[in-house]
Amino acid sequence: MTDETIKEANPGWHLDAGKVAKDLVVTALLATAIFGSTIAYKTVSAEGGLALETRYDIAFYIIAAVVVGRLILWLAVWSRPSGHRSPVMPANMKASIAFLTTKIGKGFATTMLLIALVFPFLPFTDRYLLDLGILVLTYVMLGWGLNIVVGLAGLLDLGYVAFYAIGAYSYALLAQYFGLSFWICLPLAGILAAFWGIILGFPVLRLRGDYLAIVTLAFGEIIRVVLLNWYWFTGGPDGLSGIPRPSFFGIDFNRSESGFAHIFGLEYSSSHRIVFLYFLILALALLTNFVTNRLRRLPIGRAWEALREDEIACRSLGLNTTTVKLTAFATGGMFAGFAGSFFATRQGFISPESFTFIESALILAIVVLGGMGSQIGVVIAAIVMIGGFEIFREAEQYRMLIFGLAMVFIMIWRPRGLISTRIPSIFLKEKKAVSSDMVSQGEGH
Amino acid sequence: MEYFLQQLINGITLGSIYGLIAIGYTMVYGIIGMINFAHGDIFMVGSFVALIVITALGLTISTGLGLTILALILVLVTAMVIASVFGWTIERMAYRPLRGSFRLAPLITAIGISIVLQNYIQITQGARVKPLQPIISGGYTIMTRVDTNGEFAVQISNMQIMIIVVTVILMTIFSLIIAKTSLGRAQRACEQDRKMASLLGINVDRTISMTFVMGAALAAVAGLMFLLYYGVIDFFIGFVAGVKAFTAAVLGGIGSLPGAMLGGLVIGLIETFWSAYFSIEYKDVAAFSMLAIVLIFLPQGLLGKPEVEKV
Amino acid sequence: MIAKIDDAVLTVEHLNMRFGGLLAVDNLSFDVGRKDITALIGPNGAGKTTVFNCITGFYKPTEGRITTHHEDGKKFLLERMDDFKIPKIAKVARTFQNIRLFSGMTVLENLMVGQHNPLMVASNYTFGGIFGLKTYKTAEKKAMDLAKYWMDQTRLTARADDAAGDLPYGDQRKLEIARAMCTNPKLLCLDEPAAGLNPRESEDLNKLLMFIRKERETGILLIEHDMNVVMGISDHIVVLDYGKKIADGTPEEIRSDPKVIAAYLGVDDEEIETVEQEIEEGVSS
Repeated sequence: MTDETIKEANPGWHLDAGKVAKDLVVTALLATAIFGSTIAYKTVSAEGGLALETRYDIAFYIIAAVVVGRLILWLAVWSRPSGHRSPVMPANMKASIAFLTTKIGKGFATTMLLIALVFPFLPFTDRYLLDLGILVLTYVMLGWGLNIVVGLAGLLDLGYVAFYAIGAYSYALLAQYFGLSFWICLPLAGILAAFWGIILGFPVLRLRGDYLAIVTLAFGEIIRVVLLNWYWFTGGPDGLSGIPRPSFFGIDFNRSESGFAHIFGLEYSSSHRIVFLYFLILALALLTNFVTNRLRRLPIGRAWEALREDEIACRSLGLNTTTVKLTAFATGGMFAGFAGSFFATRQGFISPESFTFIESALILAIVVLGGMGSQIGVVIAAIVMIGGFEIFREAEQYRMLIFGLAMVFIMIWRPRGLISTRIPSIFLKEKKAVSSDMVSQGEGH
Repeated sequence: MEYFLQQLINGITLGSIYGLIAIGYTMVYGIIGMINFAHGDIFMVGSFVALIVITALGLTISTGLGLTILALILVLVTAMVIASVFGWTIERMAYRPLRGSFRLAPLITAIGISIVLQNYIQITQGARVKPLQPIISGGYTIMTRVDTNGEFAVQISNMQIMIIVVTVILMTIFSLIIAKTSLGRAQRACEQDRKMASLLGINVDRTISMTFVMGAALAAVAGLMFLLYYGVIDFFIGFVAGVKAFTAAVLGGIGSLPGAMLGGLVIGLIETFWSAYFSIEYKDVAAFSMLAIVLIFLPQGLLGKPEVEKV
Repeated sequence: MIAKIDDAVLTVEHLNMRFGGLLAVDNLSFDVGRKDITALIGPNGAGKTTVFNCITGFYKPTEGRITTHHEDGKKFLLERMDDFKIPKIAKVARTFQNIRLFSGMTVLENLMVGQHNPLMVASNYTFGGIFGLKTYKTAEKKAMDLAKYWMDQTRLTARADDAAGDLPYGDQRKLEIARAMCTNPKLLCLDEPAAGLNPRESEDLNKLLMFIRKERETGILLIEHDMNVVMGISDHIVVLDYGKKIADGTPEEIRSDPKVIAAYLGVDDEEIETVEQEIEEGVSS
């Protein structure tokens, strides 16, 4: 209480030196415990067992950095009067911002699409950038697929990568055992993934939000462990190689007479296939987006969103929530299946290592950072995340650490993601974006 | 029969370790309704700290018994303290700002913390597995059977005795803390109704912090046990052990302390018997399937209260 | 004592609901007339909401039979139905004591979700709708018309495109009723619709309920504490206390029933007068 009165008396500056000093000492002690133990000492293999390697200098610098950082925070941020720290936005301002983001969103989406369409032909686009573009688009597609489950239906799925794996293995195995082409396998992979979504989803979908999350994680791991151990069928840890490359609707990308370059009178270049792969994943991603937007305007899509808002109310209106959840699970799974078979044909090689839990976490992070339910948000988040990953490529071993830290900071900074306003699926007079305060995130119940 | 008995002993040992980790999940879930996904990684950190201290003390199998016990107590206390600091700091920095946010935000943050801890240890301690020479040796032969296949002895090692004894002691201490101390009362009050507890003058934030500290300390104990029992650790042990311990917590009835211990034992036994009689490759599949089966058919657990849907 | 209703839309017979050792509803039987407004009243904790949850399938009753009768002679045994089939097939809709709207969706969207089942059929379970078939477009337009009709009745048209969570409390209550009406129910169950409303809003609600009964031929079963509403609009009142039915009849009969007064008297000495006063006012208004 006395602290508050002091703060009110001196609104500009209210740092209590004693308090700050105490805080810094505690910080130093904690930092010493955390970094002094695990950085200052490292166990290394030595003759006859283990030996310790000491790194007091690094530990000291890090502890010092933490304490100084905290002091800077005290001086620069926490010394300001509390009123200025978190300005409360008036409601009308919030509405106008929501309106503005919708407007910008529209123009932004068109611009992004145009850039995506001409990207392979830009002068500075080399093989590396094109590959990166394909990677980003794959994650955009996966993000859009998961967005149906997490963003629209509000079901937290931590095992989404399982459907991606099912799609990839479906194509690889169908091609290997039956010699089926990519274009036949693509829909089959989607159907199989959706089918597995229903089989796995059926027993677990009545679980509460966080229990569902853990069970989906368990399912993702089960599928990975099975792929890893079912040696004669899936190749186990060695994976499957020699997966056929896609053809341009039957025309192969090679130097032969019947090859793509020859038929279209072009000079043979290995980049033709890469450009084709780029447009293939772009088309698949756009299909995902188109279908999702269509579904949102149909009763099924509205049912997904209603489910996220209030499951009990859904049941009181005659919605079979099990079916609603299963369709969301299956639809999301289907798109992951498509993306998986694309991944297989692009890589030519797959192994269980590509389908770990971290992959699920990355896709989820894209959806959450983008703003659950926001299609354009997923695009931005995928570019930021995958681009960020590339920037930290040099710091190979630090990039997962940075990724984890980023996930934590994003949740604290913007628990609702970058774009959190919701666009209604139908309107009477005018389409008004719904502010994120109203939109539920599907907490189970 | 003898083989079965041997597996039973191994299962109980493993189950004690899972039970100790499970307590952290169950207490945190009980009090703030959050799955602390990073708890398994706190266990891993505890294990690494124990390894560092053991190496620093130069503890080996040739150290005398009295000295070994003293040294292990020192290792245990250090690991508990440092793991508690990790637990406390994580709660303070990453989870507390999200209290009152939508329910899945802390879960996603916890996943982030789990990734951070794993990679932090990977960077600072190296990615390779760390082998530790056995420190405690010897044991007792309970029974032997000689038949045409040769000799089969059912043994309980000193290590297993130590693990089980320490688990029982710590469980008793923590049950007493929950039952008798004011901290325990505050915890139970927050579990029932956090708002009401704070109106009655209970420092809710502090109580929650202490819950994380207690959970982390017990996880560090489990970390030391795991290290001594298996003799190898790496930065990834927290993930699978965490999922199994969470399964144990749910199986026992989330929020219930004896439930967590019971669940740990059941999961430890299932895993041991599965590995012994079926296939060791699929032992994690068994644990994960168990989790799914328990959540689907027995979501309130063995010792938990059934939930009535509020309409 | 027992008012037998010839043309009942809902009959509840020997309903028992047990939670562990607690018998929340004890051998309850009553009827709801087809175009009647029936009120279920009783002191707090009398088991009213439990009865609602049994009727609408959120709880499975321990014993008893709950039947709806449609005009065409079809009968549905509600205690055997899955909860979502009760509004879908047996045509019993409900609202909740603590409003449950889809607060992030607009008023119009809320009303469209209320028409999920017919729209699902019209969209050929999504497979037709996704290709933009005409049947779905027409059905959606019809659904919009029904939504507009109910927005007009509840005076929410101006707020059609606003988030439901943005509406003032009284409008949220009305929207929940409108949404339930969009399922075209034969019986509408309202759990304390007037709770938290000011006198003017409460008056509005009365008019809305009278309108639903008259124009839509829907039976209404409501739980209510506001005696103005109960006495003002009910055709038939059922009184519960400790899970048992203690009275059943017209407002006049209930008002003078000594058992009812005793039940309310039992609550608290100060409340007797207010209750009596409320009853008086309810009758006079």
